[in-house]
Amino acid sequence: MLQVNDYCVAYGQSEVIHDLNFEIQPKEIVAVMGRNGMGKTTLMKSLIGMQPSSKGKVVLDGVDLSNAKSFQRVQGGFGFVPQGRMIFSTMTVKENIETGLTSTGEKTIPSDLYELFPVLEEMKGRRGGNLSGGQQQQLAIARALASKPKTLLLDEPTEGIQPSIIRDMARTLKKIRDTRGLSIVVSEQVLSFALDIADRVLVLEKGRIVHEELRENLNEAKVAAYLAV
Amino acid sequence: MFSEYTATELTAIFAMQGFAGLILFSVLVLMALGLAIIFGQMGVINMAHGEFMILGAYVTYLTSNIFSEFMPSLYEGYFFLAMALAFLAAFLLGILVEWGLIRFLYKRPLDTLLATWGLSLILQQIYRSVFGAREKGVSPPEWMMGSYPLTDLIEVPINGIFVMILTLVIATGVYLLMYRSRWGKQVRAVVQNRPMASAVGINTEKVDRLTFGIGCGIAGIAGSAFTLIGSTGPTSGQLYIVDTFLVVVFGGAQSLLGTIASAFAISQSQSTMEFFLSGSMAKVLTLLFVVGILMLRPQGLFALKIRR
Repeated sequence: MLQVNDYCVAYGQSEVIHDLNFEIQPKEIVAVMGRNGMGKTTLMKSLIGMQPSSKGKVVLDGVDLSNAKSFQRVQGGFGFVPQGRMIFSTMTVKENIETGLTSTGEKTIPSDLYELFPVLEEMKGRRGGNLSGGQQQQLAIARALASKPKTLLLDEPTEGIQPSIIRDMARTLKKIRDTRGLSIVVSEQVLSFALDIADRVLVLEKGRIVHEELRENLNEAKVAAYLAV
Repeated sequence: MFSEYTATELTAIFAMQGFAGLILFSVLVLMALGLAIIFGQMGVINMAHGEFMILGAYVTYLTSNIFSEFMPSLYEGYFFLAMALAFLAAFLLGILVEWGLIRFLYKRPLDTLLATWGLSLILQQIYRSVFGAREKGVSPPEWMMGSYPLTDLIEVPINGIFVMILTLVIATGVYLLMYRSRWGKQVRAVVQNRPMASAVGINTEKVDRLTFGIGCGIAGIAGSAFTLIGSTGPTSGQLYIVDTFLVVVFGGAQSLLGTIASAFAISQSQSTMEFFLSGSMAKVLTLLFVVGILMLRPQGLFALKIRR
């Protein structure tokens, strides 16, 4: 589904991601774990094209998107839920989701999106900025799903969200994967959430993958040690 | 100062000055609508906005000349074609300017002030070289001349009524475009967060270019309307640019309704006071009033209430 080869990202002269190689299978959920400053957000931002890569290839579903702009990557099948959610705060909930329809050319929001997030239908006339953190997170996911992505990228979706909603979110994400058949890459620091949803865990340290394991034979203590400060 | 007039005369004066204020209001709104899109939404400080307006005025002047020269029989209707051409000319120039200049400056909004100021000087000189320094007047079609008497003392000019209807139509159009169309949604998403808008699939460069073009095009229509109430010179646009920014800032940068309300307040107080005081005194009082309000409400008259 998604192949990333010899991938490097740099801010000016300082390289943050070094020669990354990984592959995501269709319908697979992969958690990218690591402490702060290890390159998770940089990797996510560069996959969606907000941060240019300096070397390497990104191929999604057979299409090379290495040099594509963000909106072309969305057309190519990426969906992005950024860290801090970044919803359009002065626009209503409905309008926020509709911005995600741009690349598909559809005019109305598919009803299954509201079925996934019923709270958004209740609040569709409210301004996005007036929603709570958890609702904004759902809105950001709905907005990304509106473009019918093949691979959904989520950057620290649990940040600043209460534990009970985190569990809901894990359930919802798995449901999205099952019903829509997309693959999900999620960057995460919360181990319990990652273990809850991921089929595979990658640990990122100083811009390199230092550990990679399938969920079923995962050594929890070892991953926890990577995350410990 | 009121003592030398009788009560009926005073009413007539207020009504007619009020109407003159409404015409000024209409032109201000037309100019400010374009700027509300470019400055209020995109954050580009477009000092050349007045020159885009004047471009529209010159296009109207040219069209009227061509019509009176070659098709005098159709002269009555030239104005509508002139408006369309004025929009088109300003729109195309706007797109060119966005492509050649503005798109490099979205991350440095203050620099847009200098760059567009330079652009306005260049455009003024081009107008001076092409059309000459003398002001050009356009004779409106027959049906727009004269005035409509309401009472013995109160008369309202027909061209004023036309300008007001035009403003109403354009303002409604801009509102529908910004808040009801898909394009408007994309514009608002792009201006709020450019990288994120691209990451939900919006082609931000295309949206930016079109937005800037349409803002300039509306200024072109304002210029077309401007020919009905004044004559056009190379620097006429500069007289209006300060007022226009004042209107947009006073109204609250992101609110179309605020723009209209503030244009109304400013033009009405200006026009009514001008009759009794000198023009500059009226300006001083208006500015003092605006400064006072902005000190109390820095976000402008109308601002959206949201959590940031």
